[in-house]
Amino acid sequence: MSNDSLGIIKTQYFTFAEPPDILQLKSGRSVGPVTLAYETYGTLNEKKSNAILVCHALSGDAHAAGFHKGDKTAGWWDDMIGPDKALDTNLYFVVCSNVIGGCKGSTGPSSINPETGKPYAIDFPLITIEDMVDAQKTLIDFFGIAKLLCVIGGSMGGMQALQWASKYPERIVTAIPIATALKHSPQQIAFNEVIRQTIMADPAWRKGYYYEHGQPEKGLAVARMIGHITFMSDQSMEEKFSRKLKNDNLSFQFIDDFEVEGYLRYRGYNFVKRFDANSYLYITKAMDYFDLSGENFMPSVKKTNIRFLIISFKSDWLYPSHQSQDIVRLLKKKHAYTTYFDLISTWGHDAFLIEIEDETRLIKNFLANNSIT
Amino acid sequence: MKLDHQIIARIITEGAHVLDLGCGNGELLAFLAKEKNALVQGIELNDEQMHICVERGLTVLQGDIESGLVDYPDQSFDYVILNQIMQEIKAADFVIAESLRVGKRVIVGFPNFAHIRARLTLLLSGKTPINEALPYYWFETPNIRFLTIRDFTDYCHKKSINIEQAYYLGRAKQVRILPNLLALNAVFVLTKGSTQSVWGKK
Repeated sequence: MSNDSLGIIKTQYFTFAEPPDILQLKSGRSVGPVTLAYETYGTLNEKKSNAILVCHALSGDAHAAGFHKGDKTAGWWDDMIGPDKALDTNLYFVVCSNVIGGCKGSTGPSSINPETGKPYAIDFPLITIEDMVDAQKTLIDFFGIAKLLCVIGGSMGGMQALQWASKYPERIVTAIPIATALKHSPQQIAFNEVIRQTIMADPAWRKGYYYEHGQPEKGLAVARMIGHITFMSDQSMEEKFSRKLKNDNLSFQFIDDFEVEGYLRYRGYNFVKRFDANSYLYITKAMDYFDLSGENFMPSVKKTNIRFLIISFKSDWLYPSHQSQDIVRLLKKKHAYTTYFDLISTWGHDAFLIEIEDETRLIKNFLANNSIT
Repeated sequence: MKLDHQIIARIITEGAHVLDLGCGNGELLAFLAKEKNALVQGIELNDEQMHICVERGLTVLQGDIESGLVDYPDQSFDYVILNQIMQEIKAADFVIAESLRVGKRVIVGFPNFAHIRARLTLLLSGKTPINEALPYYWFETPNIRFLTIRDFTDYCHKKSINIEQAYYLGRAKQVRILPNLLALNAVFVLTKGSTQSVWGKK
């Protein structure tokens, strides 16, 4: 473990919305009690003015940095969070929580429904990005943090950052939405629908009530394979796999001859071990419902003082740069002083997890020039 | 500090909202933010310049100048700066019109192609002029148009754009006489309409 690592980190749990004060959801339904799994890195200062909320993407979780005991791999954004890193834990108190609807310790479809003593499964209410943010706000309230220095996230994490700015503008000073959009385009909804149908077409899905029998492994694995194709770029796939074969010759059978096939299968089947199929349905749906375009964005605000840093990546075709430029356009209408950077990368949508050097330089400098006074 | 930056810094009022199109490494904006408490927004295309701007604590949008203006509401800024950029942009006419919509005042600075040494170079040696304000060979220049002070003032008259202030810059100080012959650079402050023109009516 290098000396810029946070070392061993333990996930913590915060439970709220105990009946009868259960959490009201955008769908009109409600849920409670709600547990959020979260981790924190660094120290909250006395004025509680150094807090940064990190929001995770579709398959992410609260474990953004450091190592869980016994684990060999670090949290999903460990390259960005830690001493002297972009989110410098010598300076900032960093919080990351698993979204509601997730399956990594926060309440979601795989959680036990207190009314039945069984997993909610498909009886769990549909959730939205706004519901995720509302739940996070309860956690931030619990910490006694009046104002977050920053809300940051990539992909669906960026949607949450935008939702925070829109719904709780008085609670944040800066927002850094990365590789994200104000709303899902038909292309993005289409990919998500194919992904959902792939899961639901697996007989093992059992209309959502599979928990006693095990995951719809085949459906979920293929769903994730589709996802991985959209996270990469034509160029990054060429560089990584080209037409390289796993063995030296073609088998003339329907097996994974090419390295790219092996990679997707490996990713797909590993995903089954770590992610709940129903959570994948719920969270992709939440992303599809997300729409902060036009009048939906910051409806109560004519001029905003929130400083935004918008980042996109040139090779990202899943969340293309023009979607980030749409955010910039909307911010101009709100008279916002904004920084937008279209970073060079060949990594496609995955870039926000990989282009650490450029992101670090940008985010570090941006944060260094913003503070709560 | 460069002479044109000094002039612009003098023009900008305390606490003004400023948009700088093609802000480069943000030297001017950083000065305005620090010395004039200006609220500043830059637009720049170059990656490295962008990084330096962010390092300086500036808010800067990556993009081209032509598309950078359209989404701002009318009169969003006290000043829109178009310094040393007029000669590089394709849709100059559109950018000036949009700047006048977005800004209460527009500051335009550009190299004067009619400077005497430029004229003599062209006349006597038959070569494209190269000087402090026009430092590039033909094959490397970013400039796609060459304009003179006279060209620009004629344009403003034709478009009924008011020239509120005019500054003519020599190598180290301002030029007071025969600007179109003796000035290397010019800085104009423009407003919409045609009152109070320092050039009078034609």
